[in-house]
Amino acid sequence: MTDDGERGLPGKGLINGLAVTLRTMTRKTTTQQYPDVEPELPPRSRGVIALLEENCTVCMLCARECPDWCIYIDSHKEEVVVPGAARARQRNVLDRFDIDYALCMYCGICVEVCPFDALHWTPEFEYAETDVLSLLHDKDRLGEWMRTVPPPPAHDVLGEPSKEEATAARKAAGPGAATAAKTARPAAVRREPRQESDK
Amino acid sequence: MPLWLDLLVRVVAVMVAFLVLPLVVGQAEHKVMAHMQGRVGPMYAGAFHGWAQLVADGVKFVQKEDVHPHGADRTVFRLAPIVALFPYLLVVLTIPLGPHGLVAQRLDIGLFLVLAILGFGVVAVLMSAWASANKYSLLGGLRGAAQLLGYELPLVLAAASVAMAAGTLSLPGIVEAWRPWWLIWQAPAGLVFFVAGLAEIRRPPFDMPIADSELVFGYMTEYTGLRFAFFLLAEYVGIVVIAALTTVLFLGGWHGPFADQLGWLWTLLKVFALSFVIIWFRVSYPRLREDQLQRLCWLVLVPVSLAQLVLTVAVKSLT
Repeated sequence: MTDDGERGLPGKGLINGLAVTLRTMTRKTTTQQYPDVEPELPPRSRGVIALLEENCTVCMLCARECPDWCIYIDSHKEEVVVPGAARARQRNVLDRFDIDYALCMYCGICVEVCPFDALHWTPEFEYAETDVLSLLHDKDRLGEWMRTVPPPPAHDVLGEPSKEEATAARKAAGPGAATAAKTARPAAVRREPRQESDK
Repeated sequence: MPLWLDLLVRVVAVMVAFLVLPLVVGQAEHKVMAHMQGRVGPMYAGAFHGWAQLVADGVKFVQKEDVHPHGADRTVFRLAPIVALFPYLLVVLTIPLGPHGLVAQRLDIGLFLVLAILGFGVVAVLMSAWASANKYSLLGGLRGAAQLLGYELPLVLAAASVAMAAGTLSLPGIVEAWRPWWLIWQAPAGLVFFVAGLAEIRRPPFDMPIADSELVFGYMTEYTGLRFAFFLLAEYVGIVVIAALTTVLFLGGWHGPFADQLGWLWTLLKVFALSFVIIWFRVSYPRLREDQLQRLCWLVLVPVSLAQLVLTVAVKSLT
């Protein structure tokens, strides 16, 4: 009608447009009936961060690394008398471990940095609140979410062996034996990746 | 059957058709549009696939507060939705459903009356636009007026072609005179009538007067509640009316297998098929710009309908 360019038959675009909508109508819809049907989340979904309180040693690494400073930790020291030991040991006891999810930006640095696996990602996402102040969750609430943490994924058969396996294999082979990368994977697919880092 | 009972049955039948058919088309629009966009549409109201969504909408509209803009001309403002809705009710009166006088009011000048009444829509648009005291309403109303006046011409010319072919202005008469080969003979007029009809009821892609991305909601911006519901109802009745008129004039109305018994079914089927096409167009095509709108009308539809008139006369005088 208006612009007769190099588009073939006039009205072809109009027909194509109708065809696209008609084809879409015959296909299955992509709507998820969310409140009625639980969504199928991809593996390793990052919903919220859960705390395994027993693993926490109050090392404060997570609170220091947090870019938003949204982790609040309080603790006190406790004396533990070990029978047979020369003197009583001191132990950190966690009093408070809060994460303010109003500030959290879900970067996951705290999970990465925790040396004792006290923090875990869980796919749980239904923790919306009507008040922004209610998004400050204490260690009991964070601990409840531990139930929703999925088991860790199986080890990648093509990947490097874990540090523990490599060390154990090296110790078993005795000093001067082959490096970990050779012993742990006899049928090597890749040839000795990064030997120096494994020593 | 006494006269009063006869009248009562006809009026009630027309009112039922007037209230039920638009709801069916509206619900179909919700569902068809949703599925064409990969969604499922309303699912909750009425428990089964949201069949009661428009009923729920109606209840919601009734409960809303009756708001007038501060500077509005109240009388005209209140009257406009009625003026928009009422002509369609009169048009439904004259549309034949089946053979043997299955029509609410058989009129010898049916086509003339229908076209005259459809032209009344522009008054409602201008009334609501001016009375709203809102610049967006006014812009939308003026666009609407330009569009409606422009598209009136191809609409009337296309209808005139089929009236000349049938030799009558009566709508049942036109259907009786219709023959299957008219589908080819009157095809250009049918297309022009359908497209111009779409523009007459301001359906997308001809919804420049409403154009929600630039004019808020055009001449309907200031309307809420029941008055807005009337405008919406008018739009859906408009779909039914344009589909029905195209059916009656160009697709042979009740003609089909077992037309004597199932004529009404054929008419309804054709009306719903055309309504589906109208919804389909809405989903598929972007809105025409104002200048494209006028170009389509004056440079394509009017010449085509004039050529169709010549063709009609030529074929008519040869046979």
